This record gives sequence, structure tokens and C-alpha cells, in this order.
Amino acid sequence: MSQPDILNQAFELGFTYTRSTGPVVGRFLTELKKRNIVGIKASDGRVVVPPMEYDPDTAEALSDFVAVGQEGEVVSFAWVKHPREAHPMDKPFAWALIKLDGADVPMVHCIAAKQESDVSTGARVKAVWADDTIGFITDIRCFELVKE
Amino acid sequence: MKEIAIVGYQQSDCVSDAGALNEVELIIPVLERVFEQVGISNAQDVDFVCSGSCDYLQGAAFAFVLGVDALGAVPPIKESHVEMDAAWAFYESILKIRMGHADSALIYGFGKSSPGELPIVLSQQLDPYYLAPQWVDTISLAALQARLMLDQGKITERDMAEVVARSRRNALNNPHAQLKGDVTADEVLAEETYLSPLRKADICPVSDGASAAVICTVEKAQEWGLPYAVITGIDHIIESHNPGMRDLTDSVSTRKAAENAGMGEGKVDVAEFYAPFSHQEIILTRALGLGDDTSINPSGGVLAGNLMMASGLSRIGEVFNRIVRGEADRGLAHTTSGPCLQHNLVAILEKGEAA
Repeated sequence: MSQPDILNQAFELGFTYTRSTGPVVGRFLTELKKRNIVGIKASDGRVVVPPMEYDPDTAEALSDFVAVGQEGEVVSFAWVKHPREAHPMDKPFAWALIKLDGADVPMVHCIAAKQESDVSTGARVKAVWADDTIGFITDIRCFELVKE
Repeated sequence: MKEIAIVGYQQSDCVSDAGALNEVELIIPVLERVFEQVGISNAQDVDFVCSGSCDYLQGAAFAFVLGVDALGAVPPIKESHVEMDAAWAFYESILKIRMGHADSALIYGFGKSSPGELPIVLSQQLDPYYLAPQWVDTISLAALQARLMLDQGKITERDMAEVVARSRRNALNNPHAQLKGDVTADEVLAEETYLSPLRKADICPVSDGASAAVICTVEKAQEWGLPYAVITGIDHIIESHNPGMRDLTDSVSTRKAAENAGMGEGKVDVAEFYAPFSHQEIILTRALGLGDDTSINPSGGVLAGNLMMASGLSRIGEVFNRIVRGEADRGLAHTTSGPCLQHNLVAILEKGEAA
């Protein structure tokens, strides 16, 4: 009897369902697909980007959407000298807290820059869109520094 | 209400790579040691068992069940598990005893973090829509927090380096520590940054290992004739999952949890903080207003060895050890979970009256 072939079956570990993202997160992601960024007003009137479904302090359901700018200011940054495989860039870059124009709360995203000394707290950055936007946070590919 | 005491605590060494040992093989020797310490033979001798571990570290669903199997769950035991640090299993066990459903409990936590890429694994605990898909890792988020503190003049890089130097020196007296040594702040500052503004020394190591404790009512502790420390208060509070909505330079939830646990009702001789990054120890010390009369992280803290899912319980165990050895009358143990000190637990331990 000849040696049987080894049986092979491709297997991808993952969730086989899709999730509805609801009226708040879903609205934000749908706007991203259209290359717009929206925030939401918290109970105290602060504009939160990305929008949250509930106010963390009062637990009030939030629904008052506000369009915000695609440029903003670096509130804090971390310079990644050694990017990891899962990271959005394969060369050194910055993670940052970025407060968009019209927002009161910073969001976490990445900044593409040549070197650490190019980035600073208070620097102006603008969103760079992915070639194909699909309604994911990664539709904003990254932010880049605004040349003065 | 019945007073509750800790009567036993054991942990493994913190090692950077446990090699071929699996998680069950990490926890079983520790359980055997805590059984011996308390004078019981197995899990049948306590009323409740609760463990803390994380499937994401092992990469398998219901991975903790292997631990329960090895522990011996037949005849049936009352058992529970938290997908959190075992400090929260400790919390659940206290609730179980307070409700009158048990007089004693065995608590254990274990983690083998070395096979995976821990900072990336932990990115999957974040907001699933806005943060997890970006794969932003825990070290990067902590670096954002550290820079906020530096920019606002709340700390200097030297302050951070001094925390590291003290941890390394304190760890010289901790037989389980992974990183220890006579290191000066100048030597730490001479290192280049790894994930700016953090240096490698500012970041806790990745460790494999386990820890276990036994708690019971004070009556039971006296019946068993064991030295014990009384748990006089415990609370835990979580902050928003949106880092942008939090004051990352303070720890409001730790302060509130400590108030609720009764920290202010006496002096704090010793405090063990779960501060995986040097600047976070400063945030916690200031949030609680602790001064020079409190010994902070005499074990070296988790900068000396970070057992995911067990090091929180170890903070409680370290305070317990100091109280039963007579080095402290009253102490505070803190545990954290989530990015940038998002979720915090505080327990207050006091010397028990002689039986």
C-alpha cells in the first residue's frame, strides 16, 4: 500500500458572525466611510470624538452629533522606535492623543513622521484617509504633521 | 458580620520564560505549598475555590478548566473563576464568605505570558471599535500617560528613574523577583528610550508564574491556630474605557476605592501597588496622599516581576507576609487592570488579635 497523502484543511480562527454597531458607533463609522469625522455632545456639553453611547459620568444616553474638523492638535504622543508586526506602520511612528478642531476630548490614533524630533505636544496634525474606506476606525490611515 | 482573615499565601518565582512547563504545572506546586502552610490536604478542605486567569494568554477558550481538573474537583467543589487578576477572585471569595455561603476559600491566579506578545495581546482588551482594531499596545498607552505627566511638570524623568532604582534595590530582598540589583537613577537615565518617553527599565517585565492564598473567617483562623491578617476593607472601581475622557495624570478610582475601604481610619505602614510602569507608582502614591511614613512596594512591586492574573493577589500576599512577620500593623494592597490604571482595587489589611 502506498503512503497516503497527509490530509490538509485550511482553518481560520475567527468569529463567523457580523455585529451591528448601533446608532452611535455605527453613525461614526458610516461617516468615516464618507470621509467625515463626527463627535457627540456629552452631558456637560463637551464634544467627544469618537462618539460614546453613554456619558461616563451621568450614564445619560447621548445622541447630539457634531461634525468636527479633520485637523487637530497633539495632546500627548509616544514614539514607537520598534514597531510591532500588528502595528499600523512598519517604520518608527507615534501613537498620539489628538484633539480635533471642534472636539473637547482627545482621541487615540497614530501619526506618521520621519523622526521623533518632528513630533511635539501641541503640534498640528491632519487626518490621512485610507485608499478604500470601509467604515472602520482604520479608515483614517494615520495623521500627519501639518506643514506651517 | 463575620470578620475575614488571610491565613496563607504562596507564590512561584517570577521567571521570564517557564519553558516547557504549562500553566497547570506552574500552579500546582504553589497550591501544594499553600495547603502545607495552612495545614489542609486539598481543595476539599475549603468551602469555596476561586481562580483568576486569562484565556487570551493561553490562546484557548476555557483554559482555566485544566487548572480546576488538576486541583481535583471530584467530589464536587464550589468553584468560580474570574477572567481577571486573582485579586478579583479574592474579592469574589470575600463576598461569598460575607454572604454566609462559605467560611473558607482558596484563591489562585496564574499566567504564562511568555509565549505570546503580551503588549499586543492586551490591546485586545480595549474598546473593540475604536482602539482594539488599531492594535495600540499597553506600553504605548502608558507612554502617552507618562508624557502627559512630564509635559505638565508633575514628574521628571529622574523621578521615574528613582522609582525603578528603588524597585531594583527592594527586590534584592524578594526571592521571587525577576529583576533586582543595586541600580542608581543615573544608571537608569543613561539608558536610551525604548518607547519614548519610556525606557525599558520603566516597564514591568513579562513573567510566568502563579500565586495562591487561603482566606477564612477569623473564628476559623483561630480554630486552625494560624497567624493571620484581617481584611478590614476592600473595594474596586472602574473608570471609562475611553482614555480621552479620563484624567490620566491622577487615579480617581484608586482614591475612591481606598476611601471606601477605610484607608483613612488608621496609619498605613506598608503599601503594595500594582504599578506596571514607573510613573504609575507616583500617580498612585499621590492619589492616596501617602508620605514618608509608608513603605511603598518593599517587595519591588511588579517592576521586579509581573505575573499577569496573579501579581494583584501577590500585592495582597506581600502585605499579609509583612503583617504576620510583625514588620507592619496595617497595610494597603492595590491591584490594577486595563490600560493606564483604568480599573483599581484596594484592600486594607490589619494585624489580627492574638488567638
